[in-house]
Amino acid sequence: MTSSLYFFYTRLRREEKLLFQAAEDLGIPFESVNVRDLTFPDHLKLKENDVAVCRCVSHVQNLALARALESKGVRTVNNSKVMDVCGDKIATAALFLEKNIPQPDFKVAFSPEGAVEAAEKMGFPVVFKPATGSWGRLLAKVNDIETAEAIAEHKSFLGPHHQVFFIQKYIEKKGYDLRATIIGGKAVSLIKRISDHWITNTARGASAEGMKLGEDLKKFTGQIAQATGGDFLALDLFESDGGWLVNEINGQPEFRNSINTTGVDIPTIFVEYAWQLTKNI
Amino acid sequence: MVSKCTVCEGNVTIPENAMEGELVICPDCGTELELVTMDPLTLEEAPEVQEDWGE
Repeated sequence: MTSSLYFFYTRLRREEKLLFQAAEDLGIPFESVNVRDLTFPDHLKLKENDVAVCRCVSHVQNLALARALESKGVRTVNNSKVMDVCGDKIATAALFLEKNIPQPDFKVAFSPEGAVEAAEKMGFPVVFKPATGSWGRLLAKVNDIETAEAIAEHKSFLGPHHQVFFIQKYIEKKGYDLRATIIGGKAVSLIKRISDHWITNTARGASAEGMKLGEDLKKFTGQIAQATGGDFLALDLFESDGGWLVNEINGQPEFRNSINTTGVDIPTIFVEYAWQLTKNI
Repeated sequence: MVSKCTVCEGNVTIPENAMEGELVICPDCGTELELVTMDPLTLEEAPEVQEDWGE
């Protein structure tokens, strides 16, 4: 039986439109499905071994969608285990720790008092990060204990997701970080994200420029991709005095700023990869 | 295709190749609108960014 390729989405970002356009240009048949119109199990008519690219902008929705599809034997991209790890910074940090992948020092605390104590032990400045979230939202750089106390108290009123405190050592990254896009376990592009602000997300106004992938970064990103196991990832990297550190992994990458800056046709490479998955099953 | 902004009732031009889920900006009031159905053409105010949105 022939497998089919599906793209699931909620909000049509530039990325989703680029993926659809790439599939059309390649003559690859696909179906795009707005998740808003679906219920499970009646509307998910995919069959075993179909390939579903999950591109919901909401992590919670994307994870639920992937789990529902996987229960029917559908090959999801990324799969729910990868989404789980990438969508939770504590799970990501724990994976890096287990696999001995260099990352900024971190602590996880389970009470506001524990968070303040952990931050003080790590030494300021530190960064309080929500376990779930993206685009630089709700990050707090904390330079002293008084601010740590204030942030911890404020977070204690923000609901259950904020009652586990993820605290990372602040890395002086000299005004930039790196973003590597990974397809099928290999880095295909690398950009430098530059900002005067300590948050270097392009969603927060950082500028991007293309970079060549050196052997050291090919090796480092390959190690992270192997540990994570995803099909389509974006890695955020810092250069520290002690070498490269991985800061985060993104499991539903946005890549619009990595195309013109590098000349790498990410949508075409990814769609060809996803189409190949329908043949390999 | 032209539709009406749900906030100011200004005319909003919808691109020919538009799809469900696409965002358009009202040229009159600047509201971000989401194209929720194509047939009939329906616009709603786009939801605010949620805590779990992103990459």
